[in-house]
Amino acid sequence: MTHVVDPEKRAARFIALEVHESTHDRLVWGMRQNRDKSVSGVPEWEELRALASQIKEHTLTHLDHYLEEFGANATKLGTHVHWARDADEHNAVVYDVLNAHRVKSLIKSKSMLQEECGMTPYLQKRGIEVTESDLGERIQQLSDEPPSHIVVPAIHKLRTDVAALFAEKIGTDPKDADPHNLAEAMRQNARPKFMAADAGMTGANFAVAETGGFVVCTNEGNADIGASVPPLHVASIGIEKLIPRARDLGVFIRMLSRSALGSPITQYTSHFHGPRRGGELHVVLVDNTRSTRLGSPDFWHALKCIRCGACMNTCPVYRRGGGLSYGATYSGPIGVILDPGFDLSKYRELPFHSSLCGSCTEVCPVKIDISDQIYKWRRVVAAKGLLSLSKKVGMSALGTTLAHPALFHTAESVGESALEHLPRFLLYNPLNPWGKHRELPAVPKQTFRQWYLENRRKS
Amino acid sequence: MKLGLFIPCYIDAFFPEVGVATLELLERLGCSVEYPLDQTCCGQPMANSGCQDDAAATEDLFVRCFQDFDMVVGPSGSCVHHVRFHLDAMEQTPRARKVRAGTRELIEFLNDDLKVADFPWAPAFPHKVGLHDSCSAVRGLGHARPSERVNEPYFSKTRDLLSKVGGLELIEIDRPDECCGFGGSFCVTDEAVSAKMGFDRVHDFHRHGAEYIASADMSCLLHMKGVIDRLKLPMKDIHIAQILNGGPQ
Amino acid sequence: MSARDAILAAVRNNLPQPAVPLPEIPESERKGVKHGLGYKEHFTRLPEVPGAPDVNEPLLPYFSRQLEAMGGTSFEVADAVAARAKVAELFPDAKVVCSAVSEVPGTRRVENVGGPHELNDVDVGVVRSPLGVAEAGAVWLTQAELVVNALGVLSQHLVVLLDPAAVVETMHDAYGQIDLAASPYGVFLAGPSATGDIEGVIIHGAQGARSLTVLLLAPQASAEDLADAAT
Repeated sequence: MTHVVDPEKRAARFIALEVHESTHDRLVWGMRQNRDKSVSGVPEWEELRALASQIKEHTLTHLDHYLEEFGANATKLGTHVHWARDADEHNAVVYDVLNAHRVKSLIKSKSMLQEECGMTPYLQKRGIEVTESDLGERIQQLSDEPPSHIVVPAIHKLRTDVAALFAEKIGTDPKDADPHNLAEAMRQNARPKFMAADAGMTGANFAVAETGGFVVCTNEGNADIGASVPPLHVASIGIEKLIPRARDLGVFIRMLSRSALGSPITQYTSHFHGPRRGGELHVVLVDNTRSTRLGSPDFWHALKCIRCGACMNTCPVYRRGGGLSYGATYSGPIGVILDPGFDLSKYRELPFHSSLCGSCTEVCPVKIDISDQIYKWRRVVAAKGLLSLSKKVGMSALGTTLAHPALFHTAESVGESALEHLPRFLLYNPLNPWGKHRELPAVPKQTFRQWYLENRRKS
Repeated sequence: MKLGLFIPCYIDAFFPEVGVATLELLERLGCSVEYPLDQTCCGQPMANSGCQDDAAATEDLFVRCFQDFDMVVGPSGSCVHHVRFHLDAMEQTPRARKVRAGTRELIEFLNDDLKVADFPWAPAFPHKVGLHDSCSAVRGLGHARPSERVNEPYFSKTRDLLSKVGGLELIEIDRPDECCGFGGSFCVTDEAVSAKMGFDRVHDFHRHGAEYIASADMSCLLHMKGVIDRLKLPMKDIHIAQILNGGPQ
Repeated sequence: MSARDAILAAVRNNLPQPAVPLPEIPESERKGVKHGLGYKEHFTRLPEVPGAPDVNEPLLPYFSRQLEAMGGTSFEVADAVAARAKVAELFPDAKVVCSAVSEVPGTRRVENVGGPHELNDVDVGVVRSPLGVAEAGAVWLTQAELVVNALGVLSQHLVVLLDPAAVVETMHDAYGQIDLAASPYGVFLAGPSATGDIEGVIIHGAQGARSLTVLLLAPQASAEDLADAAT
């Protein structure tokens, strides 16, 4: 029996934690507001969006060419280029490289792709110690939870949660919940790990075909430490991260952090072109369903994503239910349209974890039609027979009733009669989810149609 | 021009006064309006669940009901958005295409097609009103500039119409166009999130002193009113058609 | 079939149609300085855009303001002597000052450092950046300027010398001026290391430099300066 993620139940659990939910909603909405403020300082923003979208569409419609160009140019620089068809192959390739270099401990910066591939447990099972260096990712690693947000992975936690966690895991004072002190404790704890690591691993925000290099954007500089201290740097890069030219970076870099956090740029925008002095550089180009998605006319635009997180910041459903409610590597609206492509059965409920408000589509810097794709995934789920039985039956009954005027009018009278005459305890109970937090509407004297017949059609 | 009056299923059942206000409003503005008696629904409830097969017959009925009209007008942004953008479970005959393209939501019809300059009967509504534009209306049909598009000049078809109503004071809120949480069947399948969104939205209106929440979408109001009544907040809801037509019937 | 061939074949079989052309990134003139995307047209079309940069503002104040917003600071210094004095004033308790520039000798020269592991005790790193970007409040540093890349991230504090004449306006301008492939490492550094991961509270000094100080000073390299400082 395949495990099916129930985002509604998970979201309800988070909402029940009143302080967590209200703090989360306020902070993440604050990120949306910061985005608005910084975007208002860029009058040409919509032009940039159109450019970014078109650059990505061009690249994806010529992806084979750009992958070849990137591979050739990276190799010329002395980078070792590997290719992996799926998550398993990615993990195996990474392990081979690490093993060949006798790596016993590695330190990594944020990579959604590595999370997607389940790389950390794979390596840990084979005796390699893996430490997350990004503060939010480390908090999540110590909590044994996946990240809840692409940019701020632990934003669903309160400082008191982090204080309790650090007290347990790295020996800090459980009563000190000052974020400055907590971050300082993590800095002191992580630095020796950086210095002792045999290898550093990163992801990549962009891979530039023209130059054979890649770009990693962080605020902490943890990718830079991981790349500049240990002698071995391994980067996992999804094949959709390709862009054609160095000058295209101007467009994307101007948009990424403004969309994510509302600052004009991340603190560190780091470019890697071949191994550093005294080091070795490996990149693993990963497919893992991307080429399949490329072939889907309805869904290939999701590959334009630059992982800014603006969609989750603006999403009213994400902000209330939290990122862990999606039960997947990718959460928020982008998660809703990516995850079913990895496992339709497991993530069949995600497309319904949305009110289809469309805000995500408006903030996406690369103009992915996120809301439309959420709608289209619903059709896919229904067509594959993956709707719940009650929904299937309900929709079928509704579809029949509404297709026949006489049936509809009968249903109206029955329904209204029930509302009017049934006692409250029968109307408001667990079988009626509407009534859990809302009053049902009052019943009018007559329907519009009845009024119309009386007042306009005197026959 | 012969107008077909489209009254969404839930307005027919629960809010006939909104249908009445819409009809009277259009008649007073000189339109020739008829309500086809066999209409039921636009098909959105089934379509939004991805159930194209279940939506097809209802959508076909919709097209058949309205096929002989020049245009179709209905007081619901979400239903009209569905008709224009998603009514494709049935075969797309020329007739279907014509009905779809000619369907208008009330506000956009008054603003764009009739280009109403003012209302001769001088409607008055001397109250503090919180304006709620549905997501379908703002981001779907372009009723107003969405808040995400910060660099584009602001415009709002609803505000323009409401500015012609005497004594009406529009209050501003913290999150001008955040979703109220109705979302169709979402309101029951994702009940906790939907209720919390509704709760937050009504509090935003209440905090800023709204006596009424006004919208061109009754589905949003149905949901928010449910929350208001449960919380016993001192606010009322009203459809914009009722305001323009001269107050609640 | 290798993984590479399999992936390329899968991609080729799935390329979306129709192909989309590569757009050119438009440019326009602003006070004789080439920069991108038609600021002038936009400013005439949308005069009420609240946060829009002032077309007539000189670049340096804009750069300093953006750098400050990112958590960094900047000072104008007259010469190498003033630069050294500023470093001493800002970091009086620094024990290890590792420098890559001739204007500030420091206590350790990065050219003499064997590798990154020898930089873990650095209190203040001093480097020179060849390029600043005003809209981002950022400075560009490569392996050429850092000598040992880790100097930029292991130093507790970072001081960056920047020629005021070497500041461009936008990222488009910046990418137009640098040769990315020429250095294995290149970073746009905008302020100190930062994080907002705990309840969104902005913290400086997350993993890398706790502070970033830009000293606006044209290159003053001379053996004389070094000799003076040594005595």
